[in-house]
Amino acid sequence: MASIAIRGVKKNYAKTQVVHGVDLDFASGEFVVILGPSGCGKSTLLRMIAGLEEISDGTIAIDNTVVNKLEPRERGCAMVFQNYALYPHMSVAQNIGYSLKVAGVPAAERTQRIQAVARVLELEHLLDRKPMALSGGQRQRVAMGRAMIREPKVFLFDEPLSNLDAKLRVQMRSEIRKLHRRLNATSVFVTHDQVEAMTLADRLVVMNAGRVEQVGTPGEIYTRPASRFVATFVGAPAMNILEGTVELDGLSLLGGSRHLTIARAGLPVGSKVAMGVRPEAVRLVAPGTAGALNATVDLVEELGAGRVIYVDLDGAPFSVMTSEAVHPEPGSTVGLKLSPDDMHFFSPETGSRLDVFKASIPEPAL
Amino acid sequence: MEKRVTFSRSTIGILFAVPQLLLIFTFFYWPAGQAVYWSLTLQQPWGGGNIWVGLDNFRSILANADYWNSITASLVFAGISTGLAMFIALVLAALTDRQLAGSRLYRVVLIWPYGIAAPALAMAFRFILAPEAGFMAVVNQVWPGFWDPGLDGADAMASIIVAFSWKYVGYNFIFFLAAFQAIPRSLIEAAAMDGSGVIRRFRDIQFPLITPTIFFLLVINITESFQDSFGIVDIMTAGGPANATNLMVYKIYSDGFKGLDYSGAAAQSIILMLLIIVLTIFQFRFIERRVHYR
Amino acid sequence: MVERTPFLNFFTHLILFVGFVFCVAPFAVVAIAASHNLKDVNDVPMSLLPGSDFWINIRTAWTTADLGPKLLNSFIMAAGVAAGKVIISALTAFSIVYFRYPGRTFIFWLIFVTLMLPLEVRIVPTYAVVANVLSPYQAILDVTGLSWLIEKVSGVQVSFSLGLLNSYTGLIMPLIATATGTFLYRQFFLTVPDELTEAARMDGAGALRFFIDILLPLSRNNMAALGTIMFLWAWNQYLWPLLITTDQSHATAVTELKQLIPNVGGAPEWHIAMAGTLIVMLPPLIVVVLMQRWFVRGLIATEK
Repeated sequence: MASIAIRGVKKNYAKTQVVHGVDLDFASGEFVVILGPSGCGKSTLLRMIAGLEEISDGTIAIDNTVVNKLEPRERGCAMVFQNYALYPHMSVAQNIGYSLKVAGVPAAERTQRIQAVARVLELEHLLDRKPMALSGGQRQRVAMGRAMIREPKVFLFDEPLSNLDAKLRVQMRSEIRKLHRRLNATSVFVTHDQVEAMTLADRLVVMNAGRVEQVGTPGEIYTRPASRFVATFVGAPAMNILEGTVELDGLSLLGGSRHLTIARAGLPVGSKVAMGVRPEAVRLVAPGTAGALNATVDLVEELGAGRVIYVDLDGAPFSVMTSEAVHPEPGSTVGLKLSPDDMHFFSPETGSRLDVFKASIPEPAL
Repeated sequence: MEKRVTFSRSTIGILFAVPQLLLIFTFFYWPAGQAVYWSLTLQQPWGGGNIWVGLDNFRSILANADYWNSITASLVFAGISTGLAMFIALVLAALTDRQLAGSRLYRVVLIWPYGIAAPALAMAFRFILAPEAGFMAVVNQVWPGFWDPGLDGADAMASIIVAFSWKYVGYNFIFFLAAFQAIPRSLIEAAAMDGSGVIRRFRDIQFPLITPTIFFLLVINITESFQDSFGIVDIMTAGGPANATNLMVYKIYSDGFKGLDYSGAAAQSIILMLLIIVLTIFQFRFIERRVHYR
Repeated sequence: MVERTPFLNFFTHLILFVGFVFCVAPFAVVAIAASHNLKDVNDVPMSLLPGSDFWINIRTAWTTADLGPKLLNSFIMAAGVAAGKVIISALTAFSIVYFRYPGRTFIFWLIFVTLMLPLEVRIVPTYAVVANVLSPYQAILDVTGLSWLIEKVSGVQVSFSLGLLNSYTGLIMPLIATATGTFLYRQFFLTVPDELTEAARMDGAGALRFFIDILLPLSRNNMAALGTIMFLWAWNQYLWPLLITTDQSHATAVTELKQLIPNVGGAPEWHIAMAGTLIVMLPPLIVVVLMQRWFVRGLIATEK
């Protein structure tokens, strides 16, 4: 168990900078997920913690010891790789025990520890097999075993579930969670899959273009996204964003063709905003209902438990998720009811959150 | 292509390369440099002084009719044997690629000749093509004096060409077959769906797709015909009759080690080196065009 | 594919069969001629039915050309070249693929250039180097004035000399000094996933450990392919052994073949010559047959 402190960390490759100064603190025993689109620098950050990438600027400290100059083996981290990175010519037991062999642990103790790890991961009957002869899920477990056996201070996961099929992914997700509860080691998990991120994280770090956009619990991230990027990246289908102008009694949307009446506070009349609302927060009402926006149905996606209705708002795409038993025909007109409490406002220039309209903000459940 | 992950201890890294570097310095760069030096000086065999003569060695070689004869013989040999070995291999590979019954056997057997040492196969062909015994003797019984590689330069050239081609058919066959098999099956099937027959498909699809391999083999065959011919010439004809098969490498050997003319041999080596370098550069111009599906 | 091309199929079988016959016939002729006696082998046309003197001829060829020790020499040379190539190329490729140091690109090109010039074309000066393998270093000391300096300071006259003519080392080393194997390994190393290296580093393995524990075991196929190719190539060397083994004790089987060419004016002992040829061509043929897979793979990979 160890805490991790990241201070002003930057990463340059030749001329391009991929991580632009990151400050983060991970508490001991915490399960942190770093979420972001591909190329946002999340894996680079993880690999800098592991010692696989040089840190261009700033410091990373594990348990208050700056590790910038330490070799990976000296940092007390273990890592689970995206494609498992099992040694193809070694058996499962040799794969799991390799780090102990390098460290010069006597054979007898090694066998015993391999057995112990295999028991936890239910790999005992596979110890003599080669990775080639294992299923995806089994390989995944071997990769975890290899990380576990060293009893590391920190577990690092680099998108370890992305090569698994959907069903196995769900199963491995809960196994990782259980394992964390059991070992209680500080874990940093990198993914681009928001469901994975939401379900696993104690705390979530959302990254974009080499910067941290927001840090918070999954609840906070979902209910109070700090930026337009976080708002649209987390949640599926993505949050609807409509550009608008502040007026005396509310908002003028879509170049003035639509108007929403809501209480205004703070922002000067005439300033531009981007208003966001999640598809699941929009209610479908009869067309023409007072205060509702009329829209034309484009497409209905049936999800079984509910459906996503894609509508056209004067040329702007907009989606609604509903679990009610409504089945509007494509081409028909529906009314959309938006509650001010569910609206998020962002600066159209910087994309950062503007808390100016909200009468009441639901506090995130902690 | 570069690795993303490397080890940081660069001193260790260089150490790994040291054995190879020592070897190539001692047995490659130094001798190559020495050859240049000798070619520009008049060198006494093993020691003694050497006098700087500039390009005189080259001038005297290039003024020598024997040397031009050797170049002509080498080019004739390279041209005919390369053409022969490649054409036969191409036909055999294309047919084997049709995967009819027995194609596995051909794939196995046709490679055998390439494993054989040039002098050994030269010995076999020296017997097979001998004028008084073996098989050409039968022809000589019908037309007396028709065939005698010991007296007729053209016959001798034909003998070494047959021997060399026999060996390199197998080599070329491997590469042609690999190239044919690298063509995605779906391409052939698409062409078949488009209504083109077997011959047409070969002309329109398969042949254009293996042109990189053809270029590649062309260069390899020509270079090999300069080097690997030595054993064949030495066993079958010893450069004769009347220098008709005195190929370049053989001449370097006989001038240098039998005639003890090191400067002349060195100058000839330099010319041969340049020739091979030009060929190799030519190959690299086409190497980007080589496609590997494997 | 479902296609009816009866004429083309017949044609295909015919041509391939003719090719097959031309490919195998010389082997058959050698074997049959080796079984005849002096009279039968010179019959025109020679009988294609095997004679009865096969073992006698083999024995005669064996003793005439002293093939026992010569085959051993060939084997030592071929095995030495194959082993040397397999090891040294792996080390070098590891260095240029897995490290970044100043001059790495230069080293890469230094090695790459050696692909261009085969031993045959620089045979004369290479022979001189092998006659005294330290002569390059002596020359460097002489030219830089270091030997003069050393002589002044210590009073010792610097004179390196180490002749490798008529030695296995002299036979083997120059044949290893090319880049073929290095590039085979390099291509393979570049396909080894980076994650494997990272996993090894996370597991605490340094460069040497990774090389021995992970990279070499993964390269087994390449080693087999390279070993096969190099063994055959070295076994079949002719010009180089011919030059540097002036003493019979180090001659190889392939160079000894020349002793069996029937002399002009002498008895045309083709049966003995063919028996000797058969003995010399048999080992590489066996290697090709047994190691076919590695042989083909190595051939294609070394030329890439």
